[in-house]
Amino acid sequence: MKSSTAPNIRLENLTIGYGGNPVVKDLNIEFPGGKLSMVIGGSGSGKSTLLKHILQLQPPISGEIFIGEHNMGKLSRRERHCIRQRTGVLFQDGAMLGSLKLIDNIALPLREHTKLSEEQIMRIVQDRLAMMGLGHALELYPNELSGGMRKRAGLARALVMDPQVLFCDEPTSGLDPVMSAELDQLLLEMMCHFDMTMVVVTHDLASMRGLADHVVILGESKCLYQGTIEELEKTEDPYLRRFLDRAAEERDAPRLTMAPISQEMMKLNCNSIMGEKDTVRKDPQCSS
Amino acid sequence: MAEKARGKIFPFTFPCTICKDFVDELGGMFLFLLESAMLIFAGWGQFPKIIRQVYFIGVQSVSVIALIGLFSGMVMGMQLYYALATFGADGFLGTGVALSMVRELAPVLTAIMLTGRAGSAMTAEIGVMRISEQIDALTIMDINPMRYLVAPKLAASLICFPILTAFFNLIALWGGWLTGVKLLGANEGVYWSRVTDALEWVDIEGGFIKSIVFGILVCTICTFEGYYTHIRSGHSGPEGVSQSTTNAVVKSCVVILASDYVMTSLLW
Repeated sequence: MKSSTAPNIRLENLTIGYGGNPVVKDLNIEFPGGKLSMVIGGSGSGKSTLLKHILQLQPPISGEIFIGEHNMGKLSRRERHCIRQRTGVLFQDGAMLGSLKLIDNIALPLREHTKLSEEQIMRIVQDRLAMMGLGHALELYPNELSGGMRKRAGLARALVMDPQVLFCDEPTSGLDPVMSAELDQLLLEMMCHFDMTMVVVTHDLASMRGLADHVVILGESKCLYQGTIEELEKTEDPYLRRFLDRAAEERDAPRLTMAPISQEMMKLNCNSIMGEKDTVRKDPQCSS
Repeated sequence: MAEKARGKIFPFTFPCTICKDFVDELGGMFLFLLESAMLIFAGWGQFPKIIRQVYFIGVQSVSVIALIGLFSGMVMGMQLYYALATFGADGFLGTGVALSMVRELAPVLTAIMLTGRAGSAMTAEIGVMRISEQIDALTIMDINPMRYLVAPKLAASLICFPILTAFFNLIALWGGWLTGVKLLGANEGVYWSRVTDALEWVDIEGGFIKSIVFGILVCTICTFEGYYTHIRSGHSGPEGVSQSTTNAVVKSCVVILASDYVMTSLLW
């Protein structure tokens, strides 16, 4: 088995938030190099905020972020330039530039940062789009693509510079289960094809079970867990247990059935909607 | 105690906060302008982007500017003719139309029309890019969004505003001739000779200086508002973009008229 040269990502005493108000405090996390790490947590737990801070789109309140040996807060202009060119990001909705065709969107980083000829650029772009199954959509604009296609196009753009680190922000959100599974499969294939460290922010627990080498769980303004999925399965922590049981329930969930609403419940609902003092509703169900 | 103290301080702190915010925004805008002005010259790659913006801001605005110029000139020709004819001075119609258009109305009306047509579009475009993470994507790809989005718009504004102002002047003088001479019967030869006699280089130069300054102001305000849509307190998402667009248009129009007064005082 070949050893990975992809850098690890280390967060040291990191407190992140907006305008001085912390969202997550004192994070000490290491995302191992060459592995697929997943950051999981409920809505508002700070997953996307963490991603923005690692990507230096927001300054942290305190603490440090290292990618490999580079302290992201103390980079020179040239170092930042190098690291950004070796970093790919798949945004939640692809974030493709609306004014450019798909082919130009994917070619943009190559045109801006390399001295490759237009012919070479086109060859790389077509190769990446073919990998994503978008070889037929070169001339389309982003608004002509479906949600799943936009995400795959975003992935193609993220991979066009052969990154060593790939960040994905909720890659399966808004996709149907079939499409989600396809995208997960695609991410795995890309992991095998490119030697890179991948950090995926998601709340899709099925993806976590299927993909993650390393899991980080955020909640209650802190890191609740970091480690392998196998260790997580054995945990006795009540919060994490509930979290995992919920994941299992989601997987084996029975079909919900419609039960008739009782008269009592109907009355209660009407009162809570209209307020207790408002009893002059014409609906006989409510006034009875 | 603290409540009491706050109550006493409030009448003073409120205007101070407004002043501080105003100075903050003004300073931010100035630095934004400086950075984007420097980035105009960031390599040959800027050239095609500037050409695209010249097409959008300039070429696509020609018809609107022509219409506004025509009707402004026609109204000016009619009103001045009636006013001057009262004193038997209708021979000065050409002088009146030419000076009012070249010195004042052409730069101001062109700038206001371009604010409505191109400035609002600049704000909305950049604002939507901001809320849909496209600007973040550019940053992550190590493509400076200021260089990619703002600098070409500034360069194109510097090119288009004076050219469209000149075009407005031509159409407006022709509009004045249409009503004054063709409809109301002023002498054609006198009209055009007064136009050429009245206009001096300093008038034309002043009009161009104004249009360049308006171009810088409109582009800076509109792109600044769009670029910082996401930090507008209380408004986010599409509502933030609409708020930014409204702010950009209102601020641009006010700044155009205020700076017009200042420049007129200084130039003539």
